Amino acid sequence: MSDWVGVALFLVVGLVFGAGGLLTSFLIHPRSKNKYKLETYECGLPTEGPSWIRFKTQYFTYALMFVIFDVEVIYLYPWAVSFENLGFAGLVKMFIFIFILVLGLWYAWKEGALEWK
Amino acid sequence: MDNVYSLLAFVLLAGMILGSALLVVTLRNLVHSVLWLIVMFIGVAGTFLLLNADFVAAVQVLVYAGAVCIMLVFGVMLVQRPNMEHSNPINWRFKLAAPLVGGLFIVIGLLTAKSQLVVSGQEVPAQTVQALAPILLNDFVIPFEVAAILLTVALTGALLLVKEVKANGNGS
Amino acid sequence: MGTALNPSYFMVLSAALFAIGLYGALSRKNAIAVLISIEIMLTAVNINLVAINKFLTPEAFIGQIFAIFVITVAAAEVGLGLAIIIAIYRNRHTVDLDDFNWMKW
Repeated sequence: MSDWVGVALFLVVGLVFGAGGLLTSFLIHPRSKNKYKLETYECGLPTEGPSWIRFKTQYFTYALMFVIFDVEVIYLYPWAVSFENLGFAGLVKMFIFIFILVLGLWYAWKEGALEWK
Repeated sequence: MDNVYSLLAFVLLAGMILGSALLVVTLRNLVHSVLWLIVMFIGVAGTFLLLNADFVAAVQVLVYAGAVCIMLVFGVMLVQRPNMEHSNPINWRFKLAAPLVGGLFIVIGLLTAKSQLVVSGQEVPAQTVQALAPILLNDFVIPFEVAAILLTVALTGALLLVKEVKANGNGS
Repeated sequence: MGTALNPSYFMVLSAALFAIGLYGALSRKNAIAVLISIEIMLTAVNINLVAINKFLTPEAFIGQIFAIFVITVAAAEVGLGLAIIIAIYRNRHTVDLDDFNWMKW
């Protein structure tokens, strides 16, 4: 339990550090209120249209691939940590696991999910 | 003395988890909901640390807070209309859902209070990852390989769904 | 009982989290919000599994293995669910679950 006291301390220091900067800047920054301050480009052209555009589906495809192989890593990690105890049988099992996932990667590659069109 | 700190940590984490979970299900703006969901997942990872499950805590942060929330934000980006303020309306069923859910919580609480749990009193071994690996690769080898099939099927299925839509659904 | 942590604390926390997730799943209109609520419910189950692993069978580690499998299934479920929602949105231009009624008769 006491190992995590350091982590908790780090968390507290990080929060104080971040919040302290924001608070100091809030306390000492100069204020001027007019409607031009709130525009996107204060000295530029007025903006037209909404800023919330539709994004490409590629974003979702990339995130999906990231999630799937992120989950693969959580299975690889315990195997890698105790690699020597598991021996050859563990290696074979893990290669079957990776082979099945590489099939999915091959399909994604074939379908062009890795390209940014 | 250690017990007091554990209890304090538990109370703080429980407050963090339940508060952010309540915000997730009640906020009107869906993007804010997803951001509070990340806070909730980190609180749950802290709870796992409290329960001596450090590998599961790392997995929780890595997969949920790191990857699943990114994917949810991208999903929100892809399907939302401009007005984010009202992107997450509640339907008429919330009046029905509130007493139902309250009743469920009371029932589970009463059952928990009544149940006699045999606490083993032993400590969790310090090296959790080294203990997890043989169980995962020997006793649970079939679910382990099935997990790979599940991930592959989810990947191909999701790509197929998004792909098919891109082929014939662009005009509207 | 004193101040020592007790499995029932974690079970009550998990039950409360599950109830919140169920409330979200029942009361939201947006399909992505319902997916998020399902994630909350799965996380509540994970808390229960890991707590029982610690307090009841600390040597066996079955609860932690199950939690890892639940996380895997949850990641796959979110991926597929979002793909289905994006596909429906492209065809129907809505993510409102009350409009997803064309399989009713």
